[in-house]
Amino acid sequence: MKKQAIIKVKNLTAQYGDDVILDNISFDVFEGEILVVLGSSGCGKSTLLRHMIGLDKPFLGNIIIDGENITSSDGLYYNVLKKIGVLFQSSALFGSMTLSENIALPIKEYSDLSKSSIINLVRMKLCMVNLQGYEDYLPSKISGGMKKRAGLARALALNPKILFLDEPTAGLDPVSSAEIDELILLINKSIGTTMVIVTHALDSILNVAQRIIMLDKTTKSIIAEGDPRYLKDHSKNVSVRQFFNRKAKIRI
Amino acid sequence: MTKSKQLSSRFYEISEKEKGQILILLKGKIDIKNSAYLLKELTPAIKGNALSSLVIDLGKVDYLDDFGALVLLETKRLVAEQKGKFSIVNVKDNIKGILSLVNFESNEYFMPLKKYTRPNILVHLGESAIQNTDNIRFFISFLGSVILSFIHVCLHPKDLRIDDTITYMKKTGVDALPIVALISFLLGLVMAFTSSLQLQQFGANIYVASLVSIAMVSELGPIMTAIVVAGRSGSAFAAEIGTMKISEEIDALFTMGFNTTIFLAVPRIIACIIVVPILTLFSDLFAISGGLMVGVFMLDLSTTSYINQTMETLTLFEVMWGLGKSFVFAALIAWIGCLRGFQTRGGADSVGNAATSAVVSSIFLIILFDSIFAVLRSYW
Ligand SMILES: Nc1ncnc2c1ncn2[C@@H]1O[C@H](COP(=O)(O)OP(=O)(O)O)[C@@H](O)[C@H]1O
Ligand SMILES: [Mg+2]
Repeated sequence: MKKQAIIKVKNLTAQYGDDVILDNISFDVFEGEILVVLGSSGCGKSTLLRHMIGLDKPFLGNIIIDGENITSSDGLYYNVLKKIGVLFQSSALFGSMTLSENIALPIKEYSDLSKSSIINLVRMKLCMVNLQGYEDYLPSKISGGMKKRAGLARALALNPKILFLDEPTAGLDPVSSAEIDELILLINKSIGTTMVIVTHALDSILNVAQRIIMLDKTTKSIIAEGDPRYLKDHSKNVSVRQFFNRKAKIRI
Repeated sequence: MTKSKQLSSRFYEISEKEKGQILILLKGKIDIKNSAYLLKELTPAIKGNALSSLVIDLGKVDYLDDFGALVLLETKRLVAEQKGKFSIVNVKDNIKGILSLVNFESNEYFMPLKKYTRPNILVHLGESAIQNTDNIRFFISFLGSVILSFIHVCLHPKDLRIDDTITYMKKTGVDALPIVALISFLLGLVMAFTSSLQLQQFGANIYVASLVSIAMVSELGPIMTAIVVAGRSGSAFAAEIGTMKISEEIDALFTMGFNTTIFLAVPRIIACIIVVPILTLFSDLFAISGGLMVGVFMLDLSTTSYINQTMETLTLFEVMWGLGKSFVFAALIAWIGCLRGFQTRGGADSVGNAATSAVVSSIFLIILFDSIFAVLRSYW
């Protein structure tokens, strides 16, 4: 059974000014899957993510989320925004709000729950990411890894259909990263959230990803697509195998 | 058989088997869309009864997320309040996953959140006393650090970041010129006009020129310019340095072995003390030309006589006095702007506070020092 594509990226060319970052790439994300985007740093992973969310407009090409073309509508894609959650690379928690206020913000806006119910819901969300007890902390008073987890809880606030995670485990200790990976899998399994994850962490790619796409800085396009466990040993492309087997590039 | 109440809808069926024993059958998908509705519907059904036990049957639920878990949790709390027994039956595996993820079984949710207790007034007083002493200490230590850095830069001119200094000179000086010129011109115009109303009565029109030039050059020129610069550049310094502070850029500089005062504060202060006196000169000029406009077009003075009167009134001392003041004001503005920047702690709002406080403090200091100058001069 072929799953339905929930995000379609068609012939996307992304530029900053005259710098082409991504050149004519196309791929689909299927409903309920975990897709990992990887590649060397600076190859345009965050750029791709920003385009898929609609924060940056493509130079050429289209992005269709759940049947709606977000490139043609001029920023008026609120319907789509309700379906997505984003964890930014720098967490982007609101500095003047406590963690619980950060998470409660979208819930208050988009649900009819009573105040006391929202408090409990927020506690559950924080419990999910192992931050129980930190409800009243300001973002500036917690560590980077904890910010990542709180950002994840906020991205999950409305249980969106699609979750975009930009380097969710960067800067976390191995135990917390493993916990985040497990959480991602659990959420994907029990709620069925589609996930698009940008990450470098090899073990978490092999654990979490059902499919990967690998971007390349020189060709500015996708050089590998498929199951990471297969690509690891069988990819035709040397640099893909190097990535998975942690080899440095051979300098000539 | 006793009356058995039946309540139902698309998402639930409530039935009461025996007195006080309720069975709730939930159905379908329980998520953000219907959790608030369910809670509203279920609460009265549970609260109204003397309850001995409540069983929730999840057999017909195919999807439940943490919003659904919230419904279960709130129900559980209600039952616990009435000292009844609560149980969930027919839980599917994926739902079990969610429930364990949110730690549903834990009693923690029934404990009130550790409330942040407001410290009493003595604690408050003590805290703000400590904070103020810290502030004053930093105030003084920063002053010292700026002075030391200046001495260092004088001895090792190579350590001054010339490029930065020039950028700040442009930002503080050149970019501020249009607004300073406009404000001063209008100020000169207004002053000449107002004073002429009085002086005309005595046929002393020509003294408008003296009044405008003396008032502008020794008092209003330096103050107006300083206030404009405080609003434009003092706040910008505080915001720039404050943002660097909260994003750990200043810590990065420090660990690279840079003296942050020399790196960030000194170029700004030097730029300010160079360009603000020049701006003040421009301000004087434009104010005098504003006065000249009124003199020539409304008071029938000739351009030559107006300028002659101005030249006669203004002594070199007067001009230097004004410039000396603006030099001091410039140092104060740049110093307090940088100080507020370095004092920033916390998030985005603290950067805003730093900028505001930089402007307010510099205007206060400008007026304070102006008064000190006035007193000094009267004892000259
Ligand atoms: N706002 C921007 N303006 C101009 N260039 C940018 C901008 N953001 C990123 N870039 C460039 O785009 C490239 C890809 O960046 P990014 O997508 O952040 O990479 P990564 O794969 O590490 O997330 C980099 O070469 C970077 O210099
Ligand atoms: Mg990135």
